[in-house]
Amino acid sequence: MSVVAPPITAPDMALSRGGLLAALHDWVVTVDHKRLGIMYVVSGLAFMLIAGLEAGVIRWQLAAAGNTIVSPQVFNRLFTVHGTTMVFLVGVPIVFGFANYLVPLMIGARDLAFPRLNAFGFWVFLFGGLLLYFSFLGGDGLYGAGSAPDVGWFAYAPLTARAFSPGNSTDYWNLSILVTGFGTVATSINLIATTLTMRCRGMSLGRMPLYVWMMLVVAAMTVIALPPLSAAQIMLLLDRFLGAHFFDTQAGGSAVMWQHFFWFFGHPEVYILMVPGFAMISEIIPVFSRKVIFGYPMIVAASLAIGFLSMTVWAHHMFAVGMGAPLNSAFAASTMLIAIPTGIKIFNWVATMYGGRIRFATPMLFACAFLFQFLCAGLTGIILAVVPFNWQLTDSYFVVAHFHFVLVGSLIFTIFGAIYYWFPKATGRLLSERLGRWHFWLFVIGFNLTFLPMHWAGMLGMPRRIYTYPADRGWDLWNLIASIGVPFQAAAILIFLLNVVVSLRRGERAGRDPWDAWTLEWATASPPPPYNFETAPVVESRRPLWDLKHPDDPDGPHE
Amino acid sequence: MSLIAATGISTPSMFAPASTPAFAIRDLSFLVLAVVTLIFIVVAGVTLYAIVRYRRRPGEDGGDPPQVYGSTQIELAWTVVPFLIVIVLFLTTTRYIFALERHAAPPDAVDVTVVGNQWWWEIRYPRLGIVTANELHVPVSDDARPTPTFITLESVDVIHSFWVPQLGGKLDVIPGKTNRTWIEPRTPGTYVGQCAEFCGVQHAGMLLRVTVHPKDEFDAWVAAQQAAAADVPAVRAGRDVFTSVACINCHTVRGTPANGLFGPDLTHLMSRATLGAGVAPNTPDNLRAWVNDPAALKPGALMPAMKLSNDQLDSLVAYLATLR
Repeated sequence: MSVVAPPITAPDMALSRGGLLAALHDWVVTVDHKRLGIMYVVSGLAFMLIAGLEAGVIRWQLAAAGNTIVSPQVFNRLFTVHGTTMVFLVGVPIVFGFANYLVPLMIGARDLAFPRLNAFGFWVFLFGGLLLYFSFLGGDGLYGAGSAPDVGWFAYAPLTARAFSPGNSTDYWNLSILVTGFGTVATSINLIATTLTMRCRGMSLGRMPLYVWMMLVVAAMTVIALPPLSAAQIMLLLDRFLGAHFFDTQAGGSAVMWQHFFWFFGHPEVYILMVPGFAMISEIIPVFSRKVIFGYPMIVAASLAIGFLSMTVWAHHMFAVGMGAPLNSAFAASTMLIAIPTGIKIFNWVATMYGGRIRFATPMLFACAFLFQFLCAGLTGIILAVVPFNWQLTDSYFVVAHFHFVLVGSLIFTIFGAIYYWFPKATGRLLSERLGRWHFWLFVIGFNLTFLPMHWAGMLGMPRRIYTYPADRGWDLWNLIASIGVPFQAAAILIFLLNVVVSLRRGERAGRDPWDAWTLEWATASPPPPYNFETAPVVESRRPLWDLKHPDDPDGPHE
Repeated sequence: MSLIAATGISTPSMFAPASTPAFAIRDLSFLVLAVVTLIFIVVAGVTLYAIVRYRRRPGEDGGDPPQVYGSTQIELAWTVVPFLIVIVLFLTTTRYIFALERHAAPPDAVDVTVVGNQWWWEIRYPRLGIVTANELHVPVSDDARPTPTFITLESVDVIHSFWVPQLGGKLDVIPGKTNRTWIEPRTPGTYVGQCAEFCGVQHAGMLLRVTVHPKDEFDAWVAAQQAAAADVPAVRAGRDVFTSVACINCHTVRGTPANGLFGPDLTHLMSRATLGAGVAPNTPDNLRAWVNDPAALKPGALMPAMKLSNDQLDSLVAYLATLR
């Protein structure tokens, strides 16, 4: 039997002419991990702009007591969609987008193990996100003009039951998050398979860059934690459409069961978002301190410990549910324990800087702000683990402050640091340092103006998710300061966008290795060719480029 | 909506406690805040020192500093020390959890059942035969004769959360699950709180106030609440409006045909300081505006606008104003 090659079809004329359509076609059909990674990050940033606008309206409404900028119905939609967007359509795609781009490059591979699955994951995420926003347009004819979800990002039962949430708003939330979840699990499986099977010669597990180690942990956490959420969402669909009674308290269902399902996903999710931040920082701090990371094995062990412990802390979101003293104590213990590996990482980063020659380029500025803000976030986390204290603080603005210090003050800061760090690799041009400094300082000031005062508002008794508050509660000043921070953050983001646009055209040429770094992605061209490396790299230590640059003192003997 | 409460309200700060559990939580919080502040100062101080001391100075050569790969002793130290801090914090926390959750009721404790509704609180005193709404009245407690209030929490619809920061921590109000908490106020006064778990459109308008009375004053309040509803012949016309339109489907006025259960009990409506679960002071003008169109004061409230004529409104409000 002879094999006949398929006939080569004539190229489509529209595409062969080049231009926008051809470029668009290339991006849509691509299975290249680098292009998919960039598309993840760019879509995540686009969703972040939208979620930021929603947050701006929320802060406008709350700037003074008794404001009537938006109705309670609209306010509830805004904070629901803001939270859902930031977690599922900003945090997740950006951290997985970076992993998509970086993991194959860092381990010397040519692509992820399953490139088509990778493309599937991206498009499922994107259309899932668009489905959520379509809800703003898709009025259902029965229940007001719009039907954007208004049950909060954790969608507590039984508020999501048909009786309390008529129309289809909750279904939009449910289906869009269900769909993006499939994409996230697919990408995680892909990352695990790639990391375990496609490392270049010489790269044992113990020589992987810390970034790759941590993304391996993140992918494993995702595979374990996300399916329970999908299962709960399917149960909710059954409740709403087929009359099942999983969460229907009027028919003997359990409202608390939803919370266990949700937080069994929800708390690992915090680490699924935050460990990639640690991963980025663990690459940035050594390079700009000009020192090898301090205590590599300890950081790997701490990451694994965080991965395991993150599965045991979920009910610390439920201390006010009335679980009883023994369970409350158990979850307080696990929550306090997870602070230890997290603290160890901070110590290791600071020890890496100690004795270094720190260069404060923009990525390092963001890393330094991260260290202080993450310290605050961690310490307020300890406060919240002290159960009786938690009974006062949970569901108050203190919690809002705490998790924004985690997800903005820590995660978004590391993401910006990472964008400044790897932008030259992905585009071949450096971002402007001058605009980068403006971006950084405005964002630090705006972020702290907005979120520091919320700690006080919460301790003074202000609950979250209220669309307005009485004037006599003593919360006005803190809310006003919080709202004043918004224009600073908005200006920072606009400067960042300007920086990207200007630098793409006129930025300084980066070359292969603009930061004098040590991991494999800097060994290839910027941007890397579709096949990544001309010849398969061979590594002999954790810092292959250090070995190249210092043949007299390679890393190997020290490890 | 203008969430304007009456005068004499202080900020519901957890650091201005007025009840035994709130005092306990404040004391614990001082310990925890001291520990985390100390940690912050040490870690942030070292970080700042590293940033300033080891910044690259202009004119330095481009060479790399000595590479330090790690140190088992140092890393062991900064693992063990946090572990010891965690043990201390955990043991202290557990002691407080059990002390607060397992507190036994003394014989003179007051029993109250608070029922969460979208977007108001029903308050029942099962042993005293009183039903009221949104404003909890309790006696002050002293060491000679402790009279803490034990509160049973139930919900008829979605999850709410009972929170009056100066009196104690919050506890969720969950349909299908009965929770119990307690407060032991030490100082008479009015303390405000509100629903702390998102419960729908008017979550923000589900306010709560607790009035703590001296013991004899509380007894007088109980006697007044136990009395039958006023029946003033002069406002018979308003009473007829009340009993002939849909009001009675949702509201109860004891001793009349009105025995609806969906809305607040109105038997002693005028003894309450606020309307609509705290969104407006309970004045005749506000009462008229509320009956005319509740959504004007509280958008999304489940009580419908009754579409009454002006005359009907006048006589109805005149009747309601007699329900002291």
